[in-house]
Amino acid sequence: MAETLKPGSGPLDYGNRWWLKILFVAIFVALYSPIFTLIAFSFNTDKRGVVWRGFTLDNYVKAWNNSALQEALINSLAIAFIATIIATIIGAMTALFLWRFRFPFKPAYEGVMALPIVIPEICMGVSLLLFFINTGMMEWSVGMPWPMNLINIIIAHVAFCFPFVAVVVRSRLVGFNRQLEEASKDLGASEWQTFWNVIVPFMMPGLVAGALLAFTLSLDDFVITFFTSGPETVTFPVKVYSLVRRGVSPEINAASTVLIVITVIATVIAMKLQAPQKSGEG
Amino acid sequence: MDSWRANLRTFWTLGTPGTFWLLMFFLIPLAYMFGISFSEKISITENQFTGTLANYIRSFDAVYLQIIWKSIWISVLATAVCLLLAYPIAFGICFAPAKWKPLLLLLVILPFWINLLIRTYALIAVFRSQGYLNLVLGWIGLGPFEMLYNDGSVIMGLVYVYMPFMVLPLYATIERLDRSYLEASLDLGGSQFQTFWKVTLPLTMPGIITGIILVFIPCLGSFLTPDMLGGANAIMIGNVIERQFKSANDWPFGSALSFLLMYVTFGALALRAFLAARSRGVDV
Repeated sequence: MAETLKPGSGPLDYGNRWWLKILFVAIFVALYSPIFTLIAFSFNTDKRGVVWRGFTLDNYVKAWNNSALQEALINSLAIAFIATIIATIIGAMTALFLWRFRFPFKPAYEGVMALPIVIPEICMGVSLLLFFINTGMMEWSVGMPWPMNLINIIIAHVAFCFPFVAVVVRSRLVGFNRQLEEASKDLGASEWQTFWNVIVPFMMPGLVAGALLAFTLSLDDFVITFFTSGPETVTFPVKVYSLVRRGVSPEINAASTVLIVITVIATVIAMKLQAPQKSGEG
Repeated sequence: MDSWRANLRTFWTLGTPGTFWLLMFFLIPLAYMFGISFSEKISITENQFTGTLANYIRSFDAVYLQIIWKSIWISVLATAVCLLLAYPIAFGICFAPAKWKPLLLLLVILPFWINLLIRTYALIAVFRSQGYLNLVLGWIGLGPFEMLYNDGSVIMGLVYVYMPFMVLPLYATIERLDRSYLEASLDLGGSQFQTFWKVTLPLTMPGIITGIILVFIPCLGSFLTPDMLGGANAIMIGNVIERQFKSANDWPFGSALSFLLMYVTFGALALRAFLAARSRGVDV
């Protein structure tokens, strides 16, 4: 076996195998082509949306002037904002709690905390629907002024978002050197001062990443929103769902593109913040 | 880590909000639904708790058993296709040049963050009979084909939607695989195929199991994908549950079905824990 191997053709250089490259390209094309066609055809002048007839921004103007769609998008963004704030606070407190204390039955507690992440979405959506109807919260929220009429959806979103935030923040806290805390207290800071001036700044990248995660999770959710929204409230996914049942239109493409752009920006920022090279810094 | 007794005030302040929210808006609703699943429907809006098992027994009627069976095999097929496609992808990312890895990983995960409904809608636009794919096929004189609204399109939709769940755990295990085992196998005369079959595959089994569970559970519980991509006869269990709450208004039966779905989920998670404990490969 006196063959000379070219660089990249060694037995373990699977990354350079032609069949793997072809498969890679094929799968990425399959993953992305539907999304890119959706975005591309949001700029199409053709009403039926199949054939490319020319570039226009009309669909965006139309989608923006469609008051039902506008209301739905504003509702979704409001839900995502409020749910993110609450979920981030609760998630961060839970993370601190699990990081700082040991207590009886802690593994069981952690297991229950992970349940909203693992159980099928439809089960959670349906159980919350029953709960809201039975406690009268569904009826009560209908008559409330905006944004209080969205309260059921916000509650549900917080319930499935905050365990994710807790996981993200806790993984950040693992890298915290508790001697910093001791040093702060030795130098005369109170418990509260230590928390605000030492622990919170250290947690910050985790907090921002967790918040962005909660924001995208909330904005992306369809199933739980579908079940917990009352008959009167319309959120973006629910609105698109009812529109899609009636057919494909470039207006939906335009509105979807806006939502995709928001989500992608939030995700990319979150991933940058969570990148390993950041974890060494305070 | 401190004992919980060390600082009681901080302990309760930090622990209460999360515990409250989880208890109030997750566990109590589930417990309530559990109760409803043993209730009888006495009028359109009222249900009476009687401890009856009728709702569970009804789930095993031939009609529903058939739907449950169909949901299971659709999910199994979708999971299998995911595994077959995701394994080479995860493998390729692990063996790609280091500077490409984060980007490739991001490309795999990114679609997962885009709204499920939008992704499904995008698929409809591509595959419907006046869709883009048929348009392209038309240029070369083929079609139009009816590609939507059958079991195949549901499986395709599920694969499209849940693929990232399979790639991530596979990537995590393959990345931690000790490559000297592969070198040893190849040095000792094993072919690439033998090395893969007898060394790589068994060592990455924990990742495969995790990936299978992570894809299988949401597939089994899915309702949007079969609802939008499936035809009238491509009903899955999630659609039946949805119908009990949104149109048929039979809460007890819907609750019983939801709990059956959850038991299957817990069974799958327990199986994963059991297999992970037995397997000697790289743990995730």
